[in-house]
Parts: sequence; C-alpha cells; structure tokens
Amino acid sequence: MKLLITTAVTAVIASTVAFAGTTAPGDVAFKDGAVAVSLTGAAGNAADGRAVFADRKLGNCLACHVNSEMPEQSFQGQVGPPLDGAADRWSEAQLRGIVSNSKNTFEGTIMPAFYVDAGFTRPLGKFEGKTILSAQQVEDVVAYLLTLK
Amino acid sequence: MGMNLFKTTAAVAALAIMATGAAQAGEDAKLVINGDLSIATQAAAPAHLENLETVYSGWVFRTKETQALEMDDFDNPSFVFVDVALDLYAAVDGTEGKSCASCHENVEDFAGLTTSMPRVNADGALETTTDLINECRTERMGAKAWKYSGTDMSAMLSLVGLQSRGMPVNVAIDGAAAPYWDKGKELYYTRVGQLDMSCSNCHEDNYNVMIRADHLSQGQSNGFPTYRLKNAKMNTIQARFKGCMKNIRAEPFGQGSDEFKALELYVASRGNGLIVETPSVRN
Ligand code: HEC
Ligand code: HEC
Repeated sequence: MKLLITTAVTAVIASTVAFAGTTAPGDVAFKDGAVAVSLTGAAGNAADGRAVFADRKLGNCLACHVNSEMPEQSFQGQVGPPLDGAADRWSEAQLRGIVSNSKNTFEGTIMPAFYVDAGFTRPLGKFEGKTILSAQQVEDVVAYLLTLK
Repeated sequence: MGMNLFKTTAAVAALAIMATGAAQAGEDAKLVINGDLSIATQAAAPAHLENLETVYSGWVFRTKETQALEMDDFDNPSFVFVDVALDLYAAVDGTEGKSCASCHENVEDFAGLTTSMPRVNADGALETTTDLINECRTERMGAKAWKYSGTDMSAMLSLVGLQSRGMPVNVAIDGAAAPYWDKGKELYYTRVGQLDMSCSNCHEDNYNVMIRADHLSQGQSNGFPTYRLKNAKMNTIQARFKGCMKNIRAEPFGQGSDEFKALELYVASRGNGLIVETPSVRN
C-alpha cells in the first residue's frame, strides 16, 4: 500500500514535469485562426506526425483529405481539399490553428477540432473532457504538414 | 480567410467524384428485382427539404457487386431472415396461445403499412412498426416483447416491410405528427460527439463523396431493415443511427427512445417519394 502511494505520487510529479510547457486546450491563444506558440513549447516530430495523420484512431486525416505524399495509404477521402502543398498555402501558426480548432479558420466547417476538450454535445463517455489529439501529437502533425511543399 | 476559395475547391473536387463515382458505383444502373419489379432509386425531393433537389436511395452509392445482390431474391441474403420471420409469424407464443397468423391470416395484408411509419396513434403518441409488433406480442399474445433492434424483431420488420416493396414512402409530417417531426429535424441538424458533426454534415452536405473507404449516401431509410455485408445480419434503422453516432464519438440515444423515434420519422420524411426496397443490401 505504502509503496503504491509513493509510486502514484512520483507518477504525478513526473507527468507535471513532462507537461510543464504544455498549453491546456482552453488556454490556446488564437489570432485570426492562427496559433503562434507551440502547444508543447517545442518543435514537433514530422515522422511521428506522419503516423498520427494516417492513424484511423488518431488524426484519421485521410478520412477527408487526399495526400499524395502517402500513396501507400489506400482510400483517401475527398470531403476536404487535398493537402498537397499545404505548407505553401499556410504558415506554421495557421496550420497549428487549423489542426487545433479549424472552426476559427473555416466557419461552420465539418472538420473536427483536434485540440478542444469541452463544449461538445453528448460526447461518448470515454472521450468526455478529452481532446482528439494530445498537444504533442498536434505539434507532430504540424511539423509533418510543414513538409508538404 | 480563403473560405470561398476552399469551398469552391471542395465543390470542384466533389463534382469530379460525382463523375468518377457514377462509373464506379453504376449510378445509372437500374434497380430491377427478380427481372420484373422495377424500382426507381431517385425522386424529386419532398417540398419540406430545402437543401436537396433530388433524393436518392442508398443503393445508388453501393458498388456494382453489392447492388447486384439486391436484384435477385435468391442472391439477397436478407431472405434467409425473411424465412425465419415467416416461421415466427406462424409460431404460437405467449399465454393466449396465439401466433401473428391467428389475427393476421395473410402477411400480405400489411402491404402499404411500412410506407407510412412511424405515425402518430390515437393517443397522440408517435409509434414505429417495432412498437406495433411488440404491442401485439405483449397485449394480444401475452408474450414477451422482442428486443427493440434484436434478431427476431429485425427479421419480422423485414417480412412486414417486404409487403410494401415497390410502394412510395409517404409518412405524415403535419397535424399531430408536426411536433415529433420538428424534434427529429432538430436532432438531424444538431452537431454531436467529440467529432462535433450532425447527420446533415455527412448525408446532406457530402453525399456522393468518399469519406475514407465509404461512399457517402443521403442516409435514406427506404431500404430498412438492411442486410449489411459488414456484420452479416439485418440492421434496423435505429441500430444504424446508433452506429453513425458512435462513429462521431457521440453517446447514442436508446433504441426505442423518444429521440430516435422522432429521428426515424424525420429521416423517413426526407425520403418521401422514394420507393420501399426492404429488405435491402448494403456494405
Ligand atoms: C471530417 C472531415 C475532415 C477531417 C477528418 C479533417 N479535415 Fe482538414 N479540412 C476539412 C475540410 C472540409 C476543409 C476545408 C475547409 C472548409 O471548407 O470547411 C479542411 C481544411 C484543412 C486544411 C486547409 C486546407 C488546405 O490544404 O489548404 C488543412 C491544412 C487541414 N484541413 C488539415 C487536416 C489535418 C492535418 C487533419 C487531421 C489531423 C484533418 N484536416 C482532418 C475536413 C476534414
Ligand atoms: C462522419 C459521417 C457520418 C455522420 C455524421 C452520420 N453518418 Fe450516417 N452513414 C455514414 C456512412 C459512411 C454510412 C455508410 C455509407 C452510406 O450509406 O452513406 C452511413 C449510413 C447511414 C444510413 C444507411 C443508409 C443506407 O441506405 O443503408 C443511414 C440511415 C444513416 N447513415 C443515417 C444517419 C443519421 C440519422 C445520422 C445522424 C445521427 C448520421 N447518419 C450521421 C456516415 C455518417
């Protein structure tokens, strides 16, 4: 029992340290739809972002977007515009804003907000109070999108 | 920023898909069942539908192979379940020693029923065909109600719906039905779940578009219950609502809840004029 509590306390401290530089979903500062500062305080990893982009349980961006950089992925959806050359059209801050909450860029869009954790109607229990992607995953996806030139 | 430009891009993309989708899914294909029952798969949208000009059966958006399964009752896997229902129809159950056939000798007498369901009853309550069947079981047969979207119920709904195959959907939306219809409409356009989408986002704004591997239809109910290749059973309309809600990470309403009954009425009304295809085949 004692040991368990100690472990739990250590875990809490560890996670606080790990997330110290992280912006909470409710605190993200949007300016004209864009978010200037990294959500984690550090640059993301493009290779990890590429995996998050394709993963059906994470970004599932291919549900709606064609991305020719991923020809190995079959069934690319066409609900949204193709993302080829996205980095030529949008700045890093704009892409961070679009991935975090695209409704601030495209009014009334069907695209989900990936870094919002409140304000939903009837969210399924296990997703209540959660964001679709973590701050780190958002930064990774942004880093990946910046490679699409 | 760039809003209009991007809407245009999406629209152009959608048009391009319409063109290829037509070839892929055999949209010009004609639905003729058993070589003699010709079913129109599109109709002019009912007057209350502001955002669509034409309504299409979900059959239109399936692949040629899936479409073909519905064109012959011997190939249509639904008929295994229709046969099960024929046995259930004749089987005595409950304290009164009765079967469905004791009171409704010919199942053919149900021709036309499905076209007008759900509807408001004499007590002012909205009732579905499912409710009617369970009312017979509990009140006239002294039998237990079937599970709302369970195996027995979905089979019986398929048999009863088949009697209206070829007839146009025509549910009432005015008078006593109006408040239920309003509620269903509100639900249809309300964004729900962590993905924050409404039924209309997919089935009105984006029908005929690919969402990953799925070719989006208008989400019409004229083919229900429908046999899905995905789960190899008959799927009721409310089970489908549940599936769509879970996909957008929304807490579904209960099977037989007031919300889903209202939504069932509203969705049926969007297909007023489409032809009943029950029991249909989808992927
Ligand atoms: C359910 C559909 C859907 C999903 C899922 C989706 N998007 Fe989008 N996205 C759209 C639509 C639609 C637009 C166009 C804006 C509009 O008109 O609403 C868009 C626009 C964009 C744009 C700007 C368009 C451009 O390239 O110039 C980017 C960048 C983008 N999305 C990235 C992503 C990423 C990254 C993901 C996954 C983490 C994602 N989207 C998931 C529907 C979606
Ligand atoms: C994220 C997109 C999405 C949303 C939102 C959505 N659906 Fe669906 N729905 C689908 C897909 C994909 C299918 C399977 C392909 C098809 O028929 O469109 C489907 C199928 C259906 C079907 C079966 C149509 C047929 O002919 O077999 C019905 C009915 C339906 N949806 C109703 C609804 C209702 C009502 C809602 C809102 C509660 C809803 N959907 C929300 C994606 C969605």
